[in-house]
Amino acid sequence: MQLYRVLKWIRVGVALLFFLLFTFIFIDFSGLLPVWVYNSATYLQFAPSILEFTQLLSWSAAGFAFIVLLSLLFGRIYCSTICPIGTLQDIMIRIHKRFRIARRFRYVRTYNILRYSILLLTILVFLSGSSILINLLDPFSGFGKIFANILRPLYVAINNLGALILNQFDVYSLYHVEYKAFALPAFLYAMGLMFLLSWLTLIRGRLFCNSICPVGTLLGLISKLSVFKLKIQENSCTNCWRCAMDCKAGCIDADKMYIDFSRCIGCLNCTISCPNNGLSFVPAWKSKSVPGKSKSADASKRNFIKYTALFSLGLHKILRSQDKIVPTKDSTIPEEKEFSVSPPGSRNINRFNELCTACHLCVSACPTQVLQASFFQYGLQGMFQPYLDYHKSFCNYECRICTDICPTGALLPLDLAEKKLTQIGQVHFEKGNCIVETEGTDCGACSEHCPTKAVYMVPYNGLFLPEIDQDICIGCGACEYACPTTPYKAIYVDGNPIHQQAKEPSQEKIQEESSGEDFPF
Amino acid sequence: MKRRDFLRKGIAAGVIGSAAVSMFGYSKVLRGNPIGPQADGKEGFDLVAIRGNDPAAMFDKGIESLGGLKSFVKAGDKVVVKPNIGWDVIPERAANTNPQLVKRIVKRCYEAGAKEVFVFDNTCDNWVKCYKNSGIEDAAKSEGAKIVPGNTENYYQEVEIPQAKKLKTAKVHERILDSDVFINVPILKDHGSARLSIAMKNLMGVVWDRRFWHRNDLHQCIADYCTFPKKPDLNIVDAYRVMKRNGPRGVSADDVVRVDAMIISPDIVAVDAAATKFYGSEPSEIPYIAIAHEMGIGNMDLDKLKIDRVKL
Repeated sequence: MQLYRVLKWIRVGVALLFFLLFTFIFIDFSGLLPVWVYNSATYLQFAPSILEFTQLLSWSAAGFAFIVLLSLLFGRIYCSTICPIGTLQDIMIRIHKRFRIARRFRYVRTYNILRYSILLLTILVFLSGSSILINLLDPFSGFGKIFANILRPLYVAINNLGALILNQFDVYSLYHVEYKAFALPAFLYAMGLMFLLSWLTLIRGRLFCNSICPVGTLLGLISKLSVFKLKIQENSCTNCWRCAMDCKAGCIDADKMYIDFSRCIGCLNCTISCPNNGLSFVPAWKSKSVPGKSKSADASKRNFIKYTALFSLGLHKILRSQDKIVPTKDSTIPEEKEFSVSPPGSRNINRFNELCTACHLCVSACPTQVLQASFFQYGLQGMFQPYLDYHKSFCNYECRICTDICPTGALLPLDLAEKKLTQIGQVHFEKGNCIVETEGTDCGACSEHCPTKAVYMVPYNGLFLPEIDQDICIGCGACEYACPTTPYKAIYVDGNPIHQQAKEPSQEKIQEESSGEDFPF
Repeated sequence: MKRRDFLRKGIAAGVIGSAAVSMFGYSKVLRGNPIGPQADGKEGFDLVAIRGNDPAAMFDKGIESLGGLKSFVKAGDKVVVKPNIGWDVIPERAANTNPQLVKRIVKRCYEAGAKEVFVFDNTCDNWVKCYKNSGIEDAAKSEGAKIVPGNTENYYQEVEIPQAKKLKTAKVHERILDSDVFINVPILKDHGSARLSIAMKNLMGVVWDRRFWHRNDLHQCIADYCTFPKKPDLNIVDAYRVMKRNGPRGVSADDVVRVDAMIISPDIVAVDAAATKFYGSEPSEIPYIAIAHEMGIGNMDLDKLKIDRVKL
C-alpha cells in the first residue's frame, strides 16, 4: 500500500537522523555542536527523560510524555525511530542479511516472565535508590556506552592518522588527539553488549527490545492500550507467512493471524511485505486480538541469566588487579582519598548514583577528558558512572558542558558563576611528597594551575612552598594533575560526598604603581 | 644624516621635549623610509624598550631600532611565532600575550617575505579553548598565520642539550626545529614558582615534558633550555598589561595593571632583565636570570648594553 511505503521511509529517515546525530554526538571530540543540539537530541529519550523529569518537574524534561502519548496512539513507534540502539540493531540485521547469514524471522514466543521481571526489578531497584539496572539496561545508555567506548577511540585513531599524514605537509587542519578516556571495564561492558546485540539480532531479530529492554517492555505495556493497532485482515490473508518472515520483532503469528502488539516495534515492514496489503493500523475497537501464548521461562533463558552473572563476576575478578598502585621510590606517602570526585551539578554522590545511567554523554563531551567511566570508584551501584580522574586531566574552570547536557538530570545545570563556586572536592597537601621539601628546589606547578589560588606559594628556606586554603578550593584538580611527583602526588583532591559552596577568592584591585613614562634602567 | 642618527635624535627630542612633536617626527620618518635591513654591528642597539599604549604600534616602532624585521626575517623563511597562550582566559586577564601584538608581528613577518608563519604554544589549559579565548587564534589567522597544535607528544622530537646542567635532553616542538626564524613573544607576569614569567620562562611552552623541569630544579632547567642552539632569534616582551599577583594564571582582572611597555632584543637574558626592572624587581633576584647570566647565555647587566629607549 502506497501510504505504508511512504510511512516506512519516513520511519527509516527519522531513525537514521537520530542515529547519525547520536553517533556524532558520542564520537565527536571537537565540541562542534552547541548545547541545544545535545538537549534537543536527548529530549525524547525515554528513560533519561523520566529521570530528568523527577528532578526538574518541567516541560523541558517531559519528552517521555510525548513518547507515552505516541505509544498510546500507535504503539512502540519509539523503538524503531527514536531509540538509537533500536536503529543500531536494524543496521546489524541489514549487515547479517548482506552477508547472507541472517535467518528468516519467525514468530518468537513471548518471554513474559523475563521481560516483566526485568521491568519490575528495574523499577523497584530505582525506587530503592539505585539506577544500576537502568544504567545496565537502558537502551540510550547502552548506545552511549557502545559508541563512547568503542567507536569513539576508533574515530580518534582515524583522526590521528589523518592528522599525521596532513602534518607531513605542514597542514594542521586536523590535530592529534590524545585519547585519555579509555576505561577497560566500561569498554568490556560495551563490547559485551554489542556482541550480545549482534548475536540476538542474528538469531531472533529484536529480541533484546522485546524481552530484555525495560523501556521496550514498559512501552509494550502501554501499547496494549493503543488506540490504533496493527492487525491482519483475515479476509485478505493467504497464509503466505511473508509478514512473519519479515517481522524483526518476531511478534506475528501468521498461522493464527495474530500480532502481539506489545512486542511490535512499529517498523512497518510487514505492511509492505504483504502482497494483499492485508496489514494496517486499525482502531482498537475494531481489533480483537487472540490472547494467550505460553508463558513459562525456559532453560535457555535461565542459562542466559546464569552466564551473564558468571561473566560479570569473572570480569570483576579480572579487573580488580588494575587498581593496584605499586609504590616506587619516587614519592613515598600514598594519597589518602576517601571519596571519588563526582561531576559538578551532581550535588552529592548518593543523588548522583541514583540518577546517572552512565550513558557517557558527558564523558564524550568533556573537553579535557577528565571525566572517566568508573568501575568500583563509587561502589557497585555507581558502576560506569563518570568520575573526575585528576591523574589524567583536570576540570576546566571556564567549562560546564557536562551540567548543560546531562539528559537524566543527574547533573543539574549550573551557570558559570555557580560552577566556579561549586566545591566538588577539597585539596590536600602532603609536604613529604613535595619537590620543594624532598629535592630542595622550586617547583610550584600546583599553584600555577590553580584558578582560585586556593594553592599559593609562601617563602620557605629561600624557596617557595605551596600552602592551601580549602575554603576557596573548588576541587577542580588542576593542582593534582600538574604535580610532577610519581606515583603519589604531593597535592591531591579528595571528593566531597556532598558538594559544598566554596568561598569567593577575596579580591581587591591591585594598586596601580605608576611607573610613569620613564625607563627603570 | 643616517636614519639611525635621525631616530636617536628623535628619541632625545621626545624625552626632552614635546612627545607630540616627536611622534609626528617618527611617523614622518617611518613613512619616508620603508622598513629595511639597516642594522650594522657598530650602530645597532642590543635592546630596545618602548613605552606606549598600543602594543602593535609599539612593536612597529621598536623593531626599527633593531634594523627592522627584515634583518631577522628573510624572503622565503619559515617563521615560528611563540606567544604565551597558556591559559583559557581573555586578553584583559593578561595571562596570555596580547593578541594585537601577535597579529602585528605575523603581518610584518609576511611583509618581510616570510613563506609561512606558524603560531603555537604548549598550553596548560585545554589548548583549543586557550587558542580561542586568548584571541590569539583569530588574530593570527586574520593575518594568514597557521595555527599549530602543541597538545600531544607526537608533535615533539627529542633533542640533546649538550651545555645543560640538568636538562640534558628535551622533546622540542617540530615547528621550532623546522623553522628558519624563531620569534619568542612572551608576556611579562607574576609567576608563583619561577617568580616571574618572561622570555626564558616562555620557552617552557616549546617542550613537551614540563614536569621534568619542575622535578629537577626549575630555575636551572629554564636556564639550561636557553643553551639549546635553536634559540629565539628575537624576543618581544609584551608588558602592556601586566599581572602583578596570582600568576601565572591569575584569578581576575584585578590582578592586572597597565605598564604600557615592551622590550625587544635578540638577547633573551637582557629582555628578561629589562622586563624585571619594569616589573619593579631586580634581575639578580630572579634565580633563573642570574643562572643564565652566569652561564653566559646573555647579559642581565643592562648598564653594559646599548639600549634604545623609545616613547610613543
